[in-house]
Amino acid sequence: MSVLVLCDHDRGALAEASLEALTFGRKLANDLDVACSAVLIGEGADNASTSLASYGADNIYLVEHSLLTDYGPSAWGESLVQLVNKVTPTAVLASGTDRGNEVIAHLAANLDAPFVANCLTADTANPSTWLMTRVQWGGSLLEDSELSTEQVKIFTVAHHGIEAEQPESSNSGQKESFAPELEESVTQTIVADRVVLTQGITLSTSPVVVGGGRGVGSAEAFSPLEELAAELNGVVGCSRAVTNNGWRPHSDQVGQTGTRIAPQIYIANGISGAIQHWVGAMAAKNILAINIDPEANMVTKAGYAVIGDLHQVVPAVLEEVRRRKS
Amino acid sequence: MRLLVCVKRVPAPGARINITADEQDVDAAHLGFTTSPHEECALEEAVQIVENHGGEVTVLTLGPADAEEQLRYAASVGAHHFVLLPVTEVDWDPQRTARALTKAIQDLEEGAEPFDLVLFGNESADSGGFQVGVRVAQALGRPMVNGIKGIEVGEGAVTARREIDGGFEVYEMPTPAILGIKEGINLPRYPTMKGRLASKKAEVEVNEPASEQGGQTRIKLHRPEEKVSETVILGKGPEAAPAVVDLLEELGVL
Repeated sequence: MSVLVLCDHDRGALAEASLEALTFGRKLANDLDVACSAVLIGEGADNASTSLASYGADNIYLVEHSLLTDYGPSAWGESLVQLVNKVTPTAVLASGTDRGNEVIAHLAANLDAPFVANCLTADTANPSTWLMTRVQWGGSLLEDSELSTEQVKIFTVAHHGIEAEQPESSNSGQKESFAPELEESVTQTIVADRVVLTQGITLSTSPVVVGGGRGVGSAEAFSPLEELAAELNGVVGCSRAVTNNGWRPHSDQVGQTGTRIAPQIYIANGISGAIQHWVGAMAAKNILAINIDPEANMVTKAGYAVIGDLHQVVPAVLEEVRRRKS
Repeated sequence: MRLLVCVKRVPAPGARINITADEQDVDAAHLGFTTSPHEECALEEAVQIVENHGGEVTVLTLGPADAEEQLRYAASVGAHHFVLLPVTEVDWDPQRTARALTKAIQDLEEGAEPFDLVLFGNESADSGGFQVGVRVAQALGRPMVNGIKGIEVGEGAVTARREIDGGFEVYEMPTPAILGIKEGINLPRYPTMKGRLASKKAEVEVNEPASEQGGQTRIKLHRPEEKVSETVILGKGPEAAPAVVDLLEELGVL
């Protein structure tokens, strides 16, 4: 018996979120007194495996096949199904990222087993019915849910829901190859091409995000926010109201239906802080709200606030930043 | 082309979501309802595809009888056929929902060609199970990719773009196919007055959903512990700038 953790990687670069899932998987394996196994699928898997032992993997399955040239939900899902059928783990989990939730959904669909997405805790006292706490509404509500099945327990761990931690004792992380039998049809959904739009820091990885909401007022009025972001080596984000008005592209949107950010500081300008936006911003280490309304949800939830008109405050901050830099 | 869009009726929350006394559902007493945002974009995309390539859009929903409102909204923005699978219990589990939708799609396709494209939202705004579309796709034996923010329809094929950090992945799939759509693929239109009037006359087919409970059961909803953080007010107006920059220096981002 074991706990199997699907670790996502992109052509050999491990997704950081996988370490959160592995941390969860290691603790779960300790609770169940079973081994914790990591799984990496496809080309580049070996390159992505280096840190997995130090985050708790007793062993690592490298899934290899000539058709696994790049990511593909059917190909990864089918590979995982076959590995699960071979090693019969007690549980399979991944981080609740786009790919993690997608591949795990394919696994569960194939096995016709339940799948509980975006969990924070698992109570395993009853072997046939685990009690899961999962996030709803992007994290603004929690749901206690029963996961009842005699089959393998399948779930994902909410991204940013727990911190990745290295266990004190070391694990061997012994590698083992697994070759699934795949049909040509799995290639129908393998990545065929890529379009790179921006290199370097992006909204989801930037240590500084300067956000603007309805209060900014127009597309043009984002200029000072862009200048401030540039001075701080950060990027600009925005609320759903802004993209709905066509002021910024949707790729700038922070929120439940946009990007989840986790910067060192999020500077939220003229943003009221509706649930939709808040759940995308709440993983920020620090939040500074700049708003004329001291009762705005964003202000009351933020660690720091300036009460005032962003059109006056942001240029003043920009000037002060430039003064100190020179 | 024949397109099918699966949509879900969800509450439209503002700054706070409350829970009913029995802890089973969102208290919607003071909330409006809407089509889950990813699905509203899926509907718009389907309507645009048939505007450009010809064809018809069918909209399917499983939900309370009131979800007829979301089907009429779909009619007002240009969809053609409407099917409601009414349920009385709160929020069916994902396996049960997927089984009912699969059966409904098979029924709609009986004696006809399969839908060229079936569009789902990437995930529902409320329960966010991230799986109903995938389960339906596997049951129907069709390829599916989630997270789609761009579609180009070709002859017997579809090219779909999925947003990743800093760019897009491109998928090329044969049809019939199933796609999970993300908000941002388009800006959904508002209904015209003519559309609104026509939607009142739209015929909504009501079918009993097939039902078999899955392995995930809700115990209760509750609120996460809110981090009680005293907000430190750095100042008022532009005079606060030095205090703001002090903070930026302290956090090491300057």
